[in-house]
Order: sequence, then structure tokens, then C-alpha cells
Amino acid sequence: MTKLNSKYADSGYIQKLILRSLLFLLLGIFAVYYLMPLFIMVTTSLKSLEEIRTGSLIDLPREVTFTAWKTAWSGACTGIQCEGLRPFFWNSVLLAVPAVFISTLIGALNGYVIAQWRFKGANLIFSLMLFGCFIPFQVVLLPMARVLGIINLAGSISGLVFVHVIYGIGFTTLFFRNYYVSIPVELVKAAKIDGANFFRIFISIFLPLSLPIIVVTVIWQFTQIWNDFLFGVSFSEAGTQPVTVALNNIVNSTTGVKEYNVDMAAAIIAALPTLLVYVVAGKYFIRGLTAGSVKG
Amino acid sequence: MSTILEIKNLHKDFGSLNILNSINVTIEEGDFLVLVGPSGCGKSTLLNCIAGLEPITSGAITIDGRDMTTVSPKDRDIAMVFQSYALYPTMTVGQNITFGMKVRGIEKNEREEKLLKVAKQLQIESLLNRRPGQLSGGQRQRVAMGRALVRDPKLFLFDEPLSNLDAKLRVEMRTEIKKLHQNLNASMVYVTHDQIEAMTLATKIVVMKGGIVQQIGTPSEIYNRPSNLFVADFMGSPAMNLIPAKVANNGKGTKFTIARSRGEPLMLFDDNITKLPENVVLGLRPEDIGDAKLRKGDKLQISTCSVDVVEPAGADTYVLINLGGKEVTARLQAETAAQTGMEMAFTFNMDKVSYFDAQTGQRLN
Ligand SMILES: Nc1ncnc2c1ncn2[C@@H]1O[C@H](COP(=O)(O)OP(=O)(O)OP(=O)(O)O)[C@@H](O)[C@H]1O
Ligand SMILES: [Mg+2]
Repeated sequence: MTKLNSKYADSGYIQKLILRSLLFLLLGIFAVYYLMPLFIMVTTSLKSLEEIRTGSLIDLPREVTFTAWKTAWSGACTGIQCEGLRPFFWNSVLLAVPAVFISTLIGALNGYVIAQWRFKGANLIFSLMLFGCFIPFQVVLLPMARVLGIINLAGSISGLVFVHVIYGIGFTTLFFRNYYVSIPVELVKAAKIDGANFFRIFISIFLPLSLPIIVVTVIWQFTQIWNDFLFGVSFSEAGTQPVTVALNNIVNSTTGVKEYNVDMAAAIIAALPTLLVYVVAGKYFIRGLTAGSVKG
Repeated sequence: MSTILEIKNLHKDFGSLNILNSINVTIEEGDFLVLVGPSGCGKSTLLNCIAGLEPITSGAITIDGRDMTTVSPKDRDIAMVFQSYALYPTMTVGQNITFGMKVRGIEKNEREEKLLKVAKQLQIESLLNRRPGQLSGGQRQRVAMGRALVRDPKLFLFDEPLSNLDAKLRVEMRTEIKKLHQNLNASMVYVTHDQIEAMTLATKIVVMKGGIVQQIGTPSEIYNRPSNLFVADFMGSPAMNLIPAKVANNGKGTKFTIARSRGEPLMLFDDNITKLPENVVLGLRPEDIGDAKLRKGDKLQISTCSVDVVEPAGADTYVLINLGGKEVTARLQAETAAQTGMEMAFTFNMDKVSYFDAQTGQRLN
């Protein structure tokens, strides 16, 4: 009997082992598949042009050189100007940081009002904002250009901040509203009796509760805004272009030889901040997405 | 003694839905008013109206002589304890209790002083640095009480503060709240749907149903002289027996005939009342029906009934008999000889009986 049992156990164990190995094999293949482009980008960016022309695409660099990175950062030509990505990178920072901050703050306030101070028509307003999330970028291009012209922000970084804030409010409101709606309304009632006003309740009670959802919103907004190309290319002029537009210009500039290593390095530089945000805050991202109601 | 709270002709609608109708209640200083009624009858809504958390549709609320119609919650000199406690989750116990004072700009020294006093009173000194998430239900309840006590308001409002606790803790906290009331001589409005809580705590009870006040009175008035069938049925456990009877005048008093499924109808007499309608409902508390062998008295009327069910409950034994098509509960002493199926003599205490109109349900005596 015991022998029989152990035999069954053995075959079960082996079966499990095989399935497990298959699973890991499959996962490994996917991982390689996804990491391959990144690998090629990194290796290519570290090769010299000479080596790229002679060697194969997937070879490791024979001689590691950072000149391509340097060129991409401060020397590559975007049209007539040859200052690399640097000025545009800072444009993007100047654009993304305030836009993320403002849209997150407004979203938090909106969500707080809609979820906790249920005024007449709150649901209607929320539905309209949700609808705003689904309006395609292309639809707003022309009206937005007109509006920016009227308020005198056309072609400026402030104008781009404005566009991204407007377009982001729908999403940020949605995030915060759904988070705050699970917080019992008695909290506001108790605070009202304690004498706190609208903003005091928001600052003292709701904001401290909001870290997970703030992280989610910031990651979401930062990725959207940093990676945006369409708004950037439509609403900027020569000096105010974000890094994505500059990257495009570097890669597409027709003068001279095609410097693949510089293109790759530039692409990595342009993508680095969003990558960094995920690495630093990704843990909270998952947690924030799954965070439920607050136990008091 | 002065009037602390006066509610006059209060109406409250949510949209087109009427929730509270013609509420008139007054509380004197030191009163413990309990609002009791089934779920959804509008108790919390009334409390929110008193607190100013819900606008009223019409009528007037005065607290300590001041008209409250346009006064915001923070200026009403009230404190409120919520059913869910509503502690601020990111603040420590100490911060929870002192938040109100902080908002009002009270000096740190004074805050600390008051906090320590209240913490001592409620025996939560050791918890002051914990967060609400790290507390048990009973401890959270205490903290919520502390937040109210530290305000030292004119009027305390409690919305089912014990309903989230287990049975044992509930009884303990009930006693503590009663002590607190006696020590502070505070005025309180307390919402519950637990009628035992209502009876034990109140100096005055308001029974509500469907947004309408059914009866206002002391616990003994409510218990002994319920004003209609709803109150009679709602207050008391086991509930009052409500037995349909036919009325006949017999010269000097009234004769009641109660149909039975088997055998002769049961006859009861009351010489102190006349002019009852033809059909009434007789209300008798379980303790007003007794074992004839063990209870003697002038006004007790004795009659034989057959025992359907015997339920010993320690100090008492409950016996169910069938009268007028209803199960009627009698509360007998534990030493009763009652056995299921036996014919047995019962006493009916007609001193304590309530009469209700069978149609309208209103009290007749
Ligand atoms: N904001 C609101 N909008 C519309 N109707 C409401 C609102 N709040 C409460 N009601 C309704 O008012 C009625 C009374 O509610 P309330 O909360 O006062 O009942 P309650 O007596 O406290 O019940 P419970 O014992 O279950 O707490 C209910 O029918 C409820 O559905
Ligand atoms: Mg309620």
C-alpha cells in the first residue's frame, strides 16, 4: 500500500516538475522576446558606427564606447540645430512636472467633491468627465490650437502644460473618485462636527489617505505626458519641443550618414525617465490599483 | 431645568420622498432621549437633521434656546458618535480626539490636558499613540466616545454606537454609557433599534415608524401603556401578547370572548371599562399571564388552557398557549409544573391589560 502510494506520489511529482519546467521555458521565451529590442538598442548604442556596419545586429560590442551617448545628449542635429537632446529633455521636464502635479491635484479635488460632497448633478458631471477620457487626441487638435491662440499660449511650454492638464483631468478625476467613493461618508460628517471646513477635511483627512492612488495617478500621468508626441508636435515651436519630437527629428534628419548608435542612445535617453518612474514606484502602482477601502 | 432641544413640526424630504413627518420632540437638561424604531424609519436622518448634517425641509430645531435653521454643524454645540465610529484612519487615537480642538485653534497645553482627562475617564491612556486600525471594536468605540466627550457639548448625539459590538461587550458598554450619563448629567439623543437598549438607557423614549412618531413617553409608559398596536408589538421581549376578542357589555362591565381552536371560548371580564367597540385586541404582557397554582391575587382571573410548548429559560419558563388564533406567551416561574399537551389553569391580570381598536390599532383605555 505504502509502496503504491509513494509510486503515485513519484509520478505526480515528476509530472509537476515537467509542467513547471515547460511553464518557465515559455515565460523565458516571452521574456527574451520582450527584452530583445532593448538588448539590441543598448548594445548598438555602445558600438562605433564602423562596428555596426561590419558586425551583426545581435553581437556584443567588441569595444564599448560612449561617444554615441554623448552625441545624442549634446551634439546630434535636429534639423538645423545641433545641440542633441539636452534642451528638449529639459523642455519635457518643464512640461511634465507641472502638468502631472496640477492634473493630479485637480483630479484629487474633483474626486473628493464628487465622491464625498454629493451635490446635485455630481453624477452627471462625473459621467461627462469620463466621456472626456474617451475623446481621441485627434478630435481636440484643431479646437485646442484655436483656444491656445486665443489665450495667448500658442507654441509655449505653458500652453502644452495647459493641454495636458485639460486632457488628463478626466483620468485623474476617475482615479481619485473611485478611490474616495469607498471611504465612508461619516468621516466627512464627523470632521464637519469637529469644525473642519471643506479644504481642511481634504488636507487633514483625505490627502493622508491617498498615497497609493497618488502614486498610480502620477505614474499614469507622467507616462502619458512624457511619451506624448501628437500634442507635442502640434502645439510647440522650434524652442519648445518636447523630447519625443526631438528624438523623431534626430532619427529622421536626412543630412549625412545614418548614425544608428546615436539614434539608439537618443531613444534610450528619451525613454529613461518613464522607465525610472516604474522601477521606483512600480510596487506602489500595483498596490494602488488593487487598494480597496480604508479600514478605520 | 431648561429645555435643551426642541424640535417643532419637522418635515424632511429626500427629493420627492417624504422621510420624516411632523416630528415634535423636546428634551430637558439631563434627559436621555432614545429614538427607537425599525430599520429605515428615519432615526439616523432625524439625528443628522439635529446635527445640521442634513438640511430640513420645514419646521424648526432649537438647541438651548437658539434657532438652528441656518447654523452649521460646528456651531451647534453638539458632539456625535457614529455607528461606524468614523475615526480618522491616518491619525492616532490622541490626534483623533484632539482634532476638533486643533481645528478650533485651542492651545496645545489645553488640548493635552483635556485629552488626558478624557483618556483617563475612558481608560484608553495606553492607546493614545495607536491608529484606529490597530484597535479592537470596543476600543474604537471608546475612542469615538472620547472624541465626543472632549467637546463637552450641550447635547450628545449617538447613532447606534453599540450595534457593531458583540453581545457581551454591548451590555458592558451600555452600562458604561448609563454611568457616564449619570456622572456628567449630560443631555443625550441616542438612536437604536434595540428595544432593550432603549428601555435600559432612556429617561424618555420616542418610538418611530415610517418617519412618524408613534409614541413619546418614559420607558414605563411605553412599556405599560403603549399607544398603539405597533408600539405594543415593538417594545418588550418577548413581545406583548395581542389577542383578538369580541366585546359584550354585561351591565356593570365588559365581557371579552376569545375564540379557541379547541373547546369552549375563553371568557375574561373587566368591570372598569365600558363603551368599547365590538372588536378589540387585548394586550397582555407575558408576565401578566401566570400559573394559577403559584400566583394569587384579587383581580386575577383564572381559566384553563392547554399548553402547546414549554420553553425553560433559567429564571423563567415560557409557555405558549393558543388563544384567538395566536400563539400567546406566558411567563411562569421556573418551578411551574407545566408540561406540553397538559390542560392547566392560568391567571390573567386584567389590571395591566391594554385595549386596542381592532381596526385602527389605537389604544382604547
Ligand atoms: N441621502 C438619501 N437620499 C435618499 N433617501 C435616503 C437618503 N438617506 C436615507 N434615505 C432613506 O431614508 C429612510 C430613512 O433612513 P435612515 O438612515 O434615517 O433610517 P434609520 O432609521 O436610521 O435605519 P437603520 O436603523 O437601518 O439605521 C430610508 O428609507 C432611506 O432609504
Ligand atoms: Mg441609521
